[in-house]
Amino acid sequence: MAETLFRLRSDAGHDGPAVALADYQPGGAAVRLEPADDARALIPHLPALARIDIAFPKFREGRGYSAARILREAGFAGEIRAVGVLYVDQLAFLVRAGFDAVLPETPFDAAVAKATLARFPHVYMKAADAARPVWLLREEAALAGRT
Amino acid sequence: MPRLLTGNRVETGDVIWWTGTGWSLHLKDAVAVDADGEALIARFAPQERINDLALIDADATDAGWRPRTTRERVRAVGPSVRPDFALPSIPVESI
Amino acid sequence: MYRYDEFDQAIVDARVAEFRDQVARRLRNEISEEAFKPLRLMNGIYLQLHAYMLRVAIPYGTLDSRQLRMLAHIARRYDRGYGHFTTRQNIQYNWMKLEEMPDLLADLASVEMHAFQTSGNCIRNISSDQFAAAAADEIADPRPYAELLRQWSTLHPEFSFLPRKFKIAVTGSATDRAAIQLHDIGIKLVQNGDGEIGLKVLVGGGMGRTPLLAHVIRDWLPVADYLSYMEAILRVYNRHGRRDNIYKARIKILVNDLGPAEFARQVEDEWARVKPLGLDPPPSELARIAAHFQPPVLDASAPVAIDLSDPEFAQWVAVNTHPHKVPGHAIVTISLKAPGEIPGDASADQMDLIADLAQAHAQDEIRVTHAQNLVLPHVRRDALFTIWQALKGAGLATANLDRASDIISCPGLDYCTLANARSIPIAQKLAVKLAPQEADLGELKIKISGCINGCGHHHAGHIGILGVDRKGEENYQLLLGGSGAEDASLAKILGPGFDENGIVNAVEKVIGRYQALRTGPDERFLDTYRRVGAEPFKEAVYG
Ligand code: HEM
Ligand code: SF4
Repeated sequence: MAETLFRLRSDAGHDGPAVALADYQPGGAAVRLEPADDARALIPHLPALARIDIAFPKFREGRGYSAARILREAGFAGEIRAVGVLYVDQLAFLVRAGFDAVLPETPFDAAVAKATLARFPHVYMKAADAARPVWLLREEAALAGRT
Repeated sequence: MPRLLTGNRVETGDVIWWTGTGWSLHLKDAVAVDADGEALIARFAPQERINDLALIDADATDAGWRPRTTRERVRAVGPSVRPDFALPSIPVESI
Repeated sequence: MYRYDEFDQAIVDARVAEFRDQVARRLRNEISEEAFKPLRLMNGIYLQLHAYMLRVAIPYGTLDSRQLRMLAHIARRYDRGYGHFTTRQNIQYNWMKLEEMPDLLADLASVEMHAFQTSGNCIRNISSDQFAAAAADEIADPRPYAELLRQWSTLHPEFSFLPRKFKIAVTGSATDRAAIQLHDIGIKLVQNGDGEIGLKVLVGGGMGRTPLLAHVIRDWLPVADYLSYMEAILRVYNRHGRRDNIYKARIKILVNDLGPAEFARQVEDEWARVKPLGLDPPPSELARIAAHFQPPVLDASAPVAIDLSDPEFAQWVAVNTHPHKVPGHAIVTISLKAPGEIPGDASADQMDLIADLAQAHAQDEIRVTHAQNLVLPHVRRDALFTIWQALKGAGLATANLDRASDIISCPGLDYCTLANARSIPIAQKLAVKLAPQEADLGELKIKISGCINGCGHHHAGHIGILGVDRKGEENYQLLLGGSGAEDASLAKILGPGFDENGIVNAVEKVIGRYQALRTGPDERFLDTYRRVGAEPFKEAVYG
């Protein structure tokens, strides 16, 4: 199992099991959100949390993208791990939404993952990552007088 | 009732028919797979070379196979509104 | 017209490279069809009855001649010499080979075009008013606002795996030519007392098996808050839209279940959270985009009076042109509905000809309409005769805009895997039958779909036809009283269905009864229907 984890963090991370939201006790370090869970319920507990797993039980599931972004907007800097039916070609979306680890049902090919993350030189919109949207680059270019 | 095995080739999307030994673009080359249909699908599906594998019902007529549904007749011949592209399987008018 | 800068081009080029790699991996069996299908769908590629189908985005329905010539080239090089213009201002090709798709997308990218998000559960091509920048009743050109949305929605990290597809239309005129009430989000540009432009936001319209009209959730949204507000709507939808039942997954169901007021409240609540995050580009970005849409410099002293002595030409001018906001000019609609032909189909040669005409006479612009016709938006009236003659030689001068033979039809069972019945042959038969009397009938919108998904807008037809399956046979239901315009309404089923000949006869009976009931030549079929109700028509058809 461990070798299928795709992780973009360099810290040691928290390896313990993640408990369901309903079973979470204040102070616990890892929790797991199901698609219907409200990510905002975790906001008071973010300082204690080291890792939040977000489940994608089937392909037609996209609520986790909002959940991750909401957690990053709330300032969470720990690990957000996507777990479930996820394909390597979704990686750039996941990372931009705030995930920094993925535990996919079928392991990612490392070379493809690397290429996927490097694919798009620019992004159009601001999201949870540090990428600067093209409107900002355009504005800077205009201010710098290059048109 | 006779059943035929059909699908679409992944590279081209072409509609193809199982001939007993391979695949043909032409309905007339199809063979009835009948009770072997599910086993053939179980064999081909994991190979991932043919999309939308399906068994369809057809009647044997003097002019060859005639699929039961309009949908499958259109699939076998081509769009009824473009007779210029019709494959020589069944007459377009008889869709 | 919008022109890509280095950023736009780099993103589109990267998309081509990405898809080339994805196709190669699929063909080498490194990815399963299950994993590949959503990837190809997000590039507009479906597997249809006969082959793959590709849907190319035509953002807000605007093309220049170079782009239209490329669409013609694609029809010749990769397809069988034609394409199908759709009700969402896109073009579809029916005979695609997966292995050739990467080269095709590279060809498109060379003229600043793409197939991003033309399918899949993501934000689709943004549609708009085909008369933008030419209509007299326009507050402002809606296309910069649509382009801003196009960019914002392209590869959006949070909103690319929505519960269901998501369609947005933007209009800037009082007359609604973009069917904004039938979109997931409809945006209407509005003006306040100070002449300032803002946005009116409608949510929750759509067709399919549960047709619903959109509700206004905000009368005035400052332009500066545009994208953050869109983020709020999409986030509420992404989190709370239903995913358990594909038929209940559109935003219209969520808006309906919550009620528009509660939905609006949730959006405002979410907006309050996301607004401070700096998601909105500075006003300079909209200004930069808008600069690309400067209205063309037209000669307002061009002559208004032209020689209309050729009656066939005069008829075409009367039916297929609209007044332009600049005197001496006209907006030309080129009908792709010659009776007996396939609605919305154009051959590569026809596309090339229209491209030539646009370049020579129409400021190099072409528009695609949601009624599957093409438009030359800026034409001097004294060039109309030349244009008409050229169109006539190519079978494109049918004078039937908004009339009985100007039928919207989806591809139906001739092409579509989801279809229950054929739609094109019904359209062909009806057009041929009705064309001789259509001048007398006036505006009459007939819309045909081959299944409940409603791609042919049958719910919005004055007369709608829906193909259903009855014990393996093609069967057609008749609906009356719909409209997709500013007086939007949903058509209602009249009674039991018919076979292919039966539906054509039934439509003729409905039209016969209308002629008997109408108060005068100015009363359209839709007006008569609204005045007298369904009963007289029921009696005419079933009595
Ligand atoms: C040929 C392949 C096509 C497929 C597989 C397809 C599939 C669908 C489906 C499943 C829906 C229902 C969506 C829902 O209610 O959630 C739909 C709606 C729609 N489609 Fe298509 N369609 C196709 C072609 C077209 C064409 C050719 C047009 C334009 C002529 C079109 C325009 C639309 C429009 C306008 C709607 C209804 C608006 C709405 O989304 O509510 N589609 N389509
Ligand atoms: S309405 Fe149905 S038959 Fe027609 S294109 Fe849409 S899905 Fe296909």
